Amino acid sequence: MDRIYSMPSQTGACRVLKFDAEKCVGCNTCVNTCPTDVMIPNPEAGKEPIVLYAEECWFCGCCVEECPFDALELITPAKQRLSTVWKRKATGEEFRVGMKNPPAPNTTPPSGRAK
Amino acid sequence: MNWHEYVSKTGRLPEWPYEVNYGKENVIESDVLVVGGGVAGCRAAIEARKQGATVAVMDRGFSKHSGNGGAGVDHWHGAVTNPCSKVTPEMYSEAAMICSGGYTNGSARYIIGKEGWDTLLELEEWGMQIRDLDDEFKDTMFRDEETKLLFAYDVENKHCLRVYGHNVKPIVDAEMRRLGCDVYDRVCVTSLLTEGGKQGARVIGATGVNDRTGEFYIFKAKAVVVSTGITGRLWYFAPELINDATMYNLNQTAAGHTIAWNAGAEMVMMEQNSPRPLAGMGYAPYSTGNTDNTYQGVPAVDNEGKLIKYENSHGELIDEEHDIFAAADPDKFVIGHGINLSMVNGKEYSVTNMDRHIGEKIRKGEYKLPLYNDWTLLPPKHRRLVFGMMLSQEGKCRVPIYYNLTKWGFDPDQDMLQYPVDTPEGYAQGAAWVSSRSHNPPNWGGMGVGGILSDWRLQATIPGLFAAGGNTLFGSGCHGEAQTTGRYCGRQAAAFAKTHPAVEPDAEQIRKEKERCYAPVTREQQGDVGWKEMNYALARLMQDYCGFEVKTETTLEMGIRRLNDLRDTEGERTYASNPHELVRLLEVFSLIDLGKLIMESCRARKASSDLLGFKRLDYPEVDPPEWDCFVSMWQENGEVCSRKVSKRYYLEAPYADNLEENYRRYAELDSKEGK
Repeated sequence: MDRIYSMPSQTGACRVLKFDAEKCVGCNTCVNTCPTDVMIPNPEAGKEPIVLYAEECWFCGCCVEECPFDALELITPAKQRLSTVWKRKATGEEFRVGMKNPPAPNTTPPSGRAK
Repeated sequence: MNWHEYVSKTGRLPEWPYEVNYGKENVIESDVLVVGGGVAGCRAAIEARKQGATVAVMDRGFSKHSGNGGAGVDHWHGAVTNPCSKVTPEMYSEAAMICSGGYTNGSARYIIGKEGWDTLLELEEWGMQIRDLDDEFKDTMFRDEETKLLFAYDVENKHCLRVYGHNVKPIVDAEMRRLGCDVYDRVCVTSLLTEGGKQGARVIGATGVNDRTGEFYIFKAKAVVVSTGITGRLWYFAPELINDATMYNLNQTAAGHTIAWNAGAEMVMMEQNSPRPLAGMGYAPYSTGNTDNTYQGVPAVDNEGKLIKYENSHGELIDEEHDIFAAADPDKFVIGHGINLSMVNGKEYSVTNMDRHIGEKIRKGEYKLPLYNDWTLLPPKHRRLVFGMMLSQEGKCRVPIYYNLTKWGFDPDQDMLQYPVDTPEGYAQGAAWVSSRSHNPPNWGGMGVGGILSDWRLQATIPGLFAAGGNTLFGSGCHGEAQTTGRYCGRQAAAFAKTHPAVEPDAEQIRKEKERCYAPVTREQQGDVGWKEMNYALARLMQDYCGFEVKTETTLEMGIRRLNDLRDTEGERTYASNPHELVRLLEVFSLIDLGKLIMESCRARKASSDLLGFKRLDYPEVDPPEWDCFVSMWQENGEVCSRKVSKRYYLEAPYADNLEENYRRYAELDSKEGK
């Protein structure tokens, strides 16, 4: 068994960002993009940043947009995932953000030229 | 990974990653200083630089994405001089005054009408898309075939434009940096410097603290533009709970209001506050079914698929989609959402809304909960225009809503987005994602609220200080208005700097400010009150002593005493573990001063007002003629002063009695034309 540490409980959403370890090179673009400075660089160079102040995340997603390696995913809080619910008109099926066995993604890109 | 994972995995605490030098002085000199690098501040910096001024910009975050407008924009108000518009700047300014009962900024609204379209055209030059270039929305009522412009709210009068602004902030930031403006990110402003250190004297710079290094910044400038935000941290504080749902991030503390007030500038409309939704007790903006703003025109249905109609300003239910986006006969034009024009007095400019009787109809069983947005009822191009275009461009919506929903399979071509289950009457307001107003404590009213009293140059009552943006400048609006007033202030500040020499700041003023800023990290005895505990306490005092229903002379006066007590007692026991916490703490001290300004403003208005959404328990008379005016507040040698100011002051002496003449006199048109 791993060591058990004395730690304060996390407040609010525990994971606001998910890094893809395969893609993240620890460039810290996200750290330096964040308007509210919620991350710090990992002390080990080349590794993914540390989310230090998760409860200060505004969920604007600018870090995701700026990531040069597409390594970042914004995870909205559980209360919000359970609040974004939709029903397929033809079948009456219910879906939500973060559900088990989700339907296929809708891959329609946003309108407009800039990506 | 998050901090807990790092500690669990490594068994180590990460050290603060930046070199800390509390109090180390950085001195920056420029012709113009911009405080707050949001869209307004960036536009001010760009314009001042174009006029030949050297420019420094202090930003609390990172200016590429910081500020209210930093995460995008989907429509642009006030572009009334675009080639399709049937609205003139005069009509627009007058409509703003009528809708708000005069409680807005008549000169700023006119300037916005005159220059809003030009301000947008510059964005197009810099690379932001403002037209349907790929003809995706051809042959819809929302588009002009010749110009390819797209219209929001009013397809007949065509003064409000849909824009592809998800990348607006990187675009203005790049232009600002390209022109050689000197940008200081991660620096929180703490005070304005005034000539001789005197309250009410000319503004000649500002001070700030860096949230990574703890270093101290002294900015010296000939003119200062303040363009900071509003705040959602004053009446309540629960970031862990509400951050995903609020339009204001934690950096937004209305610091510009507070530094201007402390420097001696006059402030108006600061008493306007009522239960408001935007500070986050609801759901992420546009993440649930609703018919508001960006989602204007999307049909709502009940659980059995029964359509809930939109209603026009005369209370008539609407059958044709076109009529949702047009003024009802004989109304003039539709102003639109989100720019703090309350419509209390201006029904003829109202937006169409969901059936206002929805509450009673739900209670009678006519409609069954829950409600949904049935996107499939829209023609395909209209559906694409709202979901694919507007939603994907709007602030805080591209990543957290558009990409999130589509990744999890939401498809507007076949899905219905559920509304929150709310009190039946709550649905009538349209913006269901904000949750019922009854759930919300008082707050500011969104964009275009109280702030710095301005002249036709958008200069404050103290020289050298200019106010820009949707918040710092009183009564000015939202995103397009912020950019337009920012650009205008840049021109004005540059002109002021040309004729006013630099003045060396007062050493004693700087010394005192440094001492105040670094007290939490230099106490002989370690403090035991953190920034969050202070912020919770502040919010409690605002709820208790500056609530919506209960304001009296005695309780407001007590509230001010309690705020002083919080600052002087718990405040002197505060600590900060690192520069990040120190700056958050300085923000709380700033918010305490802001709370006092608001309570003083509430005290000074000895009447209630429907127009301002303001209630005094001890002065219940509503909008009596003797209080049909602004109440302007300022400080002189630390004493609070107030006076009444006519709501049409911008058309009274020393100004001319018509808008165009004043604009011609004061707008620095020679420099606007590049002469």
